[in-house]
Amino acid sequence: MIHSLPGNFPFVAAVVLLGIGLYILIFRRNLIKIVMGIAILGSSINLFLITLGYRIDGDAPIYTEVPSELMVLPVVQALTLTNIVIGVATSALILSLVIRIYRHTGTLDSVKSRRMKG
Amino acid sequence: MRQFFGWLSLVVLMVFLVIGALFIMRPFGEPPSVMDDYIIDNAQEEAASNNVVAAVLFDYRGFDTLGEATVLFAAVTGALLVLRASHKKEET
Amino acid sequence: MSKIVRTVANQLILFVVIFGLYVIIQGHVTPGGGFQGGAIIASGAVLLIVASGSQEIKTWLRERRLSVVESSGALLFILLAFAGIGTVFFFNFLVGSRLFGGIPPVGPNPGDVWTGGVIPLMNLGVGLKVMAGLSAVVLALALFSGGEELEE
Repeated sequence: MIHSLPGNFPFVAAVVLLGIGLYILIFRRNLIKIVMGIAILGSSINLFLITLGYRIDGDAPIYTEVPSELMVLPVVQALTLTNIVIGVATSALILSLVIRIYRHTGTLDSVKSRRMKG
Repeated sequence: MRQFFGWLSLVVLMVFLVIGALFIMRPFGEPPSVMDDYIIDNAQEEAASNNVVAAVLFDYRGFDTLGEATVLFAAVTGALLVLRASHKKEET
Repeated sequence: MSKIVRTVANQLILFVVIFGLYVIIQGHVTPGGGFQGGAIIASGAVLLIVASGSQEIKTWLRERRLSVVESSGALLFILLAFAGIGTVFFFNFLVGSRLFGGIPPVGPNPGDVWTGGVIPLMNLGVGLKVMAGLSAVVLALALFSGGEELEE
């Protein structure tokens, strides 16, 4: 079913996700929405990495009971796995900083909480 | 003024990336695979495992897994450090 | 949460932990491995925290024990990487020996657990690390937002 889609459709999907993530990062002021924008950027890069290593009519690169011996590329899948775990850890760190900012300044707006208080 | 520059830069970047994804990228489904063909053919003899992705993660490219374990450790330590009680001692 | 939710969560945590350990230990035969299994067990810890409240979980899931487990997982990973230093760093020195040393036949085959060399032990180390690290972070977030801070 993949080769009936016109041209390089999965690459365009990754670029659309990148655009959505960049739009959130530039134009939104709520701190929680900015954290979500960073997570969407990470997801778009993971999608791009996976679709770089696809072979048409290929199977998963695991030899246990595999139907045929034509496999997709395994190195790119290992890189994506690493990137997903790093994204989770980065989101946890950023969210803990957001909680501290809210306790200290009382607001979740990124422009109002920029003034330094004592 | 700032909003105008933001929109202009975003639109220019998106047009360039969409044109690049449609016409400049290589066709979808035919990647060049010299290293991966070697790994798929020899992973069962050298790394002795059925799962080629696990063999790549821990045997052929173990340094990347070491770096990722370090990043995970640093992020968990940083998060637990930020969320700690701040003991304010009042001296009279 | 209500009594029904707490009872169901206390019964379900056993199956979640068993499934997570199965995914970790069969990382070299089926899809899965250390990172995926550790995330499954950490989501089981999240289920317990949501169902019973973080003040009750804090008495037996202490941060000191989780930190010891995480550090021992990282140390196991690094010691296994240094053990084959005679040839290269990260050398698979257990292929052909007695522990986890079988070699699978070439081509598609039903998998055998006693293969893989040093890969299942590394999977265990990384699984311990991810499981303890993510559970500690979620517990710290739940305690901090509930008004009570984490004590030393």
